[in-house]
Amino acid sequence: MRLSETQRLIAGKAPPLGDFSALLRKLNIDGPLLGGLFLICVLGLAVLYSAVGESMRLLINQLIRLGIAVVGMMIIAQISPDFMRRWTPAGFAVGLILLILVKVVGDVGQGAQRWLDFGIRFQPSEIMKLAVPMMAAWFLHDRQIPPKPGALLILAVIIVVPTLLIASQPDLGTSLLVAASGIIVIILAGLPIKVMLGLAVLSIPGAYGLWQVMEDYQRQRVLTLIDPTSDPLGAGYNIIQSKIAIGSGGLFGKGWTNGSQARLEYLPERDTDFIFAVMGEELGLLGLLTLLALYVFVIARGLYVAMQAPDTYSRLLAGSISLTFFVYVFVNTAMVTGLVPVVGVPLPLVSFGGTSMVTLMAGFGILMSIHSHRKLLPH
Amino acid sequence: MDLFAPIKDHHSERRLFVHRVAFAGVVALLMLGLVIARLVQLQVYDYESFAEQSEGNRFRLQAVPPIRGLILDRKGRVLAENLPAYQLELIPEQVDDLDDTLARLAAIDLIEEDDIDRLRELSRSGPRFKPVTLKLRLTDEEIANFAIERPRFPGVDFQPRLVRHYPHGEAVAHAVGYVGALSQSDLQRLDASNYVGTAHTGKTGVENARESFLHGDVGYRNVVTNALGRQLPTDSNEALETLPEDEVPVPGENVYLSIDLDLQLVAQKALEGRRGSIVAMDPWTGEILALYSAPSFDPNLFAVGMSTSQFDSLQDDPDRPLFNRALRGIYPPGSTIKPMIGLAALEVGATNLRHTTMCLGYFSLPGSDRRYRDWKPEGHGEVNLHEAIAQSCDVYFYEVSQVLGIDHMHDYLTRFGLGSPSGYDVPGEHRGLVPSREWKARNFPREGRQNDWYDGETVNASIGQGYMIATPLQLATAVSAIATRGERYLPRIVAATENSMTGSRKLMRPARADRIDAQNYHWDAIIESMRDVVHGIRGSAYPYIGDVAYQMAGKSGTAQVFSVAQDDEYDEDEIEERLRDHALFVSFAPIDDPRIAVAVIVENGSSGSRVAAPIARQITDAWLGINDATQ
Repeated sequence: MRLSETQRLIAGKAPPLGDFSALLRKLNIDGPLLGGLFLICVLGLAVLYSAVGESMRLLINQLIRLGIAVVGMMIIAQISPDFMRRWTPAGFAVGLILLILVKVVGDVGQGAQRWLDFGIRFQPSEIMKLAVPMMAAWFLHDRQIPPKPGALLILAVIIVVPTLLIASQPDLGTSLLVAASGIIVIILAGLPIKVMLGLAVLSIPGAYGLWQVMEDYQRQRVLTLIDPTSDPLGAGYNIIQSKIAIGSGGLFGKGWTNGSQARLEYLPERDTDFIFAVMGEELGLLGLLTLLALYVFVIARGLYVAMQAPDTYSRLLAGSISLTFFVYVFVNTAMVTGLVPVVGVPLPLVSFGGTSMVTLMAGFGILMSIHSHRKLLPH
Repeated sequence: MDLFAPIKDHHSERRLFVHRVAFAGVVALLMLGLVIARLVQLQVYDYESFAEQSEGNRFRLQAVPPIRGLILDRKGRVLAENLPAYQLELIPEQVDDLDDTLARLAAIDLIEEDDIDRLRELSRSGPRFKPVTLKLRLTDEEIANFAIERPRFPGVDFQPRLVRHYPHGEAVAHAVGYVGALSQSDLQRLDASNYVGTAHTGKTGVENARESFLHGDVGYRNVVTNALGRQLPTDSNEALETLPEDEVPVPGENVYLSIDLDLQLVAQKALEGRRGSIVAMDPWTGEILALYSAPSFDPNLFAVGMSTSQFDSLQDDPDRPLFNRALRGIYPPGSTIKPMIGLAALEVGATNLRHTTMCLGYFSLPGSDRRYRDWKPEGHGEVNLHEAIAQSCDVYFYEVSQVLGIDHMHDYLTRFGLGSPSGYDVPGEHRGLVPSREWKARNFPREGRQNDWYDGETVNASIGQGYMIATPLQLATAVSAIATRGERYLPRIVAATENSMTGSRKLMRPARADRIDAQNYHWDAIIESMRDVVHGIRGSAYPYIGDVAYQMAGKSGTAQVFSVAQDDEYDEDEIEERLRDHALFVSFAPIDDPRIAVAVIVENGSSGSRVAAPIARQITDAWLGINDATQ
């Protein structure tokens, strides 16, 4: 039966591929995860090639970044989770200091202060995408699960401080992902349903407060979501054009490199945040569902790794990485289809750009490490 | 670790975790279902509508920049207009090798070598899809040449644009100002969303001061293209309802200036080959009739865009053509302030109309050997106030200054508008300086204690030398206030704005400063003495303009040049020429019904009466409609 085959694939018990499988095991690489990521990247590169106007130069550019990210993933896969756990507080502290440094001396690019320049420019906020869930997991590792109210308070600080620092850069998209990665740890650690519901109710005045502190352009994005035509040349333009692109793709799409919306440059940010729309136009609903299925496979494999993990730290961390990856996918696809405001979250592993890809692959490296370093304890 | 902490129950913890993962998985699947439902809605249910929007017709909202308002003179003659021209543009994202492209464009002389760095920076700073203007106006020859080379330059093309044109450029450059390419710093000051399609903005003069009227409001139009990206006529399709409506741009307002083009041309001719400035105004309204600064420049160079080397040569010209002397040129006013000092002395009782002084060619303060010289070495003999103004006797004023004192002097000169901005409706004027005790104490503190004002400084101030400085614009407003016997109108160059759609006009109202109160017979005496400067047989300007066909009141002035920059390089003759005194003349006419007041400054012109007075006369003749027989 096909379904059971998929299940076996997720469980990593597919028929062995002989030597290759053994090699992967030796390298601490998780075969199913690697396979899923490989397929996503192939599909992504194909779409990207079309989105950048068939520019070989830009495609090679992206391939180089992907190569660096994969090497990074393989290196991280060799590091044992115990070692990671011991170094977590230090890593978190360094990330926090860098974030504050950005506030003080960072480069301003496109109206926001996100970059640090140490020879190579990078965004310290990317570190926090991993450092926050690691820190939360580290904190819960020796403590009673589900966490007590006092512990919850400290966890809140661990999450809120970097989130606010990043949001004030201002980078709404990244701060959202960082907050999500931390919150997911708490939920997985067994935050009582009642508390969750309570927080949901409290979020209503919280949303009001957030509205008060938002930058004008961020408010504009929310308002534009409600009525895209209110700002047809500005923020609303992206959503209008992206809906036309996706909608006109239909079931089967206009064909690879044949998307007129994208080719004629109606679609802004078509190689970065809005690449999902390019794909929808050219490959249609079937193409998008294929990509979503691949994402689901990778996430499912990640959650499987989490459930197999031997200790609290790696369990929570693996779960958070997998589900944050889902948040990525959801926020991007929902914003491109006009379901949520445009917050500047790229489509993972497909959008053009290096920094987020390296972080994502590093996350998968951690998953692989957790899976390959687990001691097979009797359940 | 706390020994009494509850021991972790790994089994139940794991069970809890699995439950939570399952819970999260369900939530995730539900959320994903939402996205998939949305995709089905867009790509299956609404497919036809979106396909229609995308398939046959493709729309692009394009910003349509408004047409900039015209600038006209008081008789409706065009001073600034918009002419169609082709400009060279580069779209950064369509250019593979920017450096190579720019280098090759320079090789075929379409851009200058010196501009490459600036253009590279410009191409990299903005959004990559936004065209960067490489050259603002292409000649027919350049268009023809580029048309052949075009295939070698992907991403570079020429585009029709309206370019600002100044038909009488040099004659009105300093009055009208000019537009230049919109820069990043301009955008921080302006409403960026209104400048989406705009390439130029006012940089100086009226173009800058009335930017908000002249610019207008941006419009939008839906541009329809076929599958190849070629534009189609908009009315050929019906799917437009789903799109935002076109919005017609609102053209900028036309601005009418109070200056008279003919007078500007007379001014330009009169100062040809000289450095200096002419300001003429209507004393009863403050309307500027002419405002000219020599040497001038061609403002079209800024509108069309010039190369770096062209700009450098303008900027580095020792005659400083870009410098607006009328507003920012500061000169010692010299004897032109004597009528005002005279009025002040009469009003505070420092002198009277009968009082006389024996002028022997110099003056000394009591108990001092230092001689303050009159410009006439042999002296004027016995003179009263009337004669002292008409003949411009310095010694009379030296003496009176000791009774009048710097405080009264400062008070009255300030009322005539000296030492503070005149209130001109275009920003940028220099405030000039009328020294006072406070000013000196503030600016020359001497080792802890304050520096006192000296009597000798009052002597210098009484003939407009020493610390005192004024702009031509200030001198014109001051002499206007004499013409009106104390009504000082603020100078205005914008006379009206006109809605270019409806033609309705809004007139600017004259604005007045506080009235300068003085006895009527004191005004009479001062004006009468200024009449004799021109018409009196011994008047200082009489030999040069005594034959004017109307009643004119005037006052000459000669300002000492106290410094020539040491590091400037001039040949011998040049240095000599540039050390000559500045020639000044202020006047108004006719005396009974003043219709024009003029201030003239000719740098290094030596003599106010001989050089500046005939120029003031030419302007006045032209305005009063007199054909000058001497020309």
